[in-house]
Amino acid sequence: MATTAALTLEEIRKGLAWRKQLDKVFVLVGLAVLFGCLATLAILFADLLQQGSSRFGWDFFTSFPSRKAERAGILSAAVGTSLIMVVTALVALPVGVAAAIYLEEYAPKNWFTGIIEINVTNLAGVPSIVYGLLALGLFVYQFNLGQSILAAGLTLALLILPIVIVATRESLRAVPKAIREAAYGLGATRWEVTKDHVLPYSTGGILTGLILGLSRAIGETAPIITIGALSFIAFLPPSPVTAEFPFLSLEWLKSEFTAMPIQIFNWVSRPDQAFQANAAAAGAILLGMTLLMNAIAIWIRYRFRKKINW
Amino acid sequence: MSQGKALKAQGAFASLRYRKARDRVVELILLAAGLVAVFTTVAIIFILVYESSFFFENVSIKDFLTDTMWTPLFADARYGIAPLVAGTLTVTGVALFVAIPLGTIIAIYLSEFAPHRVRETVKPILELLGAVPTVVYGYFALIMVTPLLQKLIPGLPGFNMLSAGLVIGLMIVPYVASVSEDAMRAVPRYMREGSYAMGATKMQTALRVVVPGAFSGIAAAYILGISRAVGETMVVAIAAGMMPNLTFNPTEPAATITAYIVQVSLGDLPHDSIGYQSIFAAGLVLLLMTLVFNVIGFFLTRRFREAY
Repeated sequence: MATTAALTLEEIRKGLAWRKQLDKVFVLVGLAVLFGCLATLAILFADLLQQGSSRFGWDFFTSFPSRKAERAGILSAAVGTSLIMVVTALVALPVGVAAAIYLEEYAPKNWFTGIIEINVTNLAGVPSIVYGLLALGLFVYQFNLGQSILAAGLTLALLILPIVIVATRESLRAVPKAIREAAYGLGATRWEVTKDHVLPYSTGGILTGLILGLSRAIGETAPIITIGALSFIAFLPPSPVTAEFPFLSLEWLKSEFTAMPIQIFNWVSRPDQAFQANAAAAGAILLGMTLLMNAIAIWIRYRFRKKINW
Repeated sequence: MSQGKALKAQGAFASLRYRKARDRVVELILLAAGLVAVFTTVAIIFILVYESSFFFENVSIKDFLTDTMWTPLFADARYGIAPLVAGTLTVTGVALFVAIPLGTIIAIYLSEFAPHRVRETVKPILELLGAVPTVVYGYFALIMVTPLLQKLIPGLPGFNMLSAGLVIGLMIVPYVASVSEDAMRAVPRYMREGSYAMGATKMQTALRVVVPGAFSGIAAAYILGISRAVGETMVVAIAAGMMPNLTFNPTEPAATITAYIVQVSLGDLPHDSIGYQSIFAAGLVLLLMTLVFNVIGFFLTRRFREAY
């Protein structure tokens, strides 16, 4: 055997030691990158809190936007965002869950079902601003909904529909077949099996999906700018509860609106430094709400996972 | 007595028939909900094509594709989409320059090196990074990152694509990391064991066995990142400026397709003006760009798919 080709034991050991060193170096690099990213999130949040600290106060929550930075507040934006979220949830939840049930429990395996599935996957990848253009052309002009809370809520509902569908399907799939078979065995119809047995077990997963979807919707700015949200709204939508019969009114759906992310965008794009503090304070509140919703979603998932023992 | 039994059976049959009929109705309702997804896709394409058709009645497709200026809102209007596409591609390029290395390193670390506890704790936290509202990232880019960059690069304008691209890159790291990690974890354990048995270290196994084995999934993760970066709106609208500028130099300000749409939406253009119609043409180009990247991704993943 040619001695030049063969490695001595010494050389092999050296090479191995070197390669093991590389392993350790990579662990350090990986940790550094990971914590770098997490630290950025922490710095961002801390900076928002610090920059906005001068603005946190009761007045900030109870004032309308104003030309004077120190008198401006987020009242109309917070109310607008809350009402839009109500519409979004009321539309996205039933439609998303129904679509998921159809795909998971009912749909035959054929080309038609395939088309629906491909559509759901592709819609998740469509840029959010394209949903805004869809809403502008369809809801605002074709359906004549105008630049209203209803149009914004419907837009964001379409946007988060794929999230709700995917989450619901996953939790439906996690319910063991045996439970369905047992119910069929007792003569239940497909809908009875779904409604009485499968759905109750999937509630946790569905709620998690809905909350994650809403946490995405609450921060979406582009689609609602496109349909024409205004940034200067110094009034509140009409109250849903009225003094006269029938005591409930849907007028608020047709109201013009502003929303938290729009307000932040408006403040951050002003050259006047004083408004940056407002942007930071509102940004901290919005970010806090998003993180809170995510935390709730994770908690629900954890609770339900612990509770269910098949 | 026997008559009562018969009646009961009849009742049961009637109720079964009712329940089956109800099942059919419910199925139709559920199907209708499923069709909302199909309807949305059709509506997106229809609205974009329909509204841009008015635009293309006034502007020739040749001008749209070859002109080097985009000034639909000026008196001397020019309609070349190239500057907006250049802006979009430049920002996307900068974002990928950040997101692909960082995302891949995090994915390899979490999938191959990190202890179970670390992975389970870190992954949800990392996903929070992707949940931050984009308008907040925009604030971050304009107020924090740009001043920092201006110290490093003297003469950097207050609006620039570099700062927007870097922040978008950071924003899509979690997507890239999370999807690539899932792909790497799907590589079967025995392939790693085989590699270890040959005397390979973790690092060698990760780079030469796991990454090639998961390449189709990793490519899908990159494509997802690209789609996100191309369609990102608020960060560029806030931090990169709103002036169309035909350049690939990230230190310059430039508008992207998305920023242009926002700019027009903020104004108060009448429904039938050409400025208004131009945002649908721009949106159509945006949708086609994401479509092209997704088709490339589809073929990449198919080309590199490994079957176990």
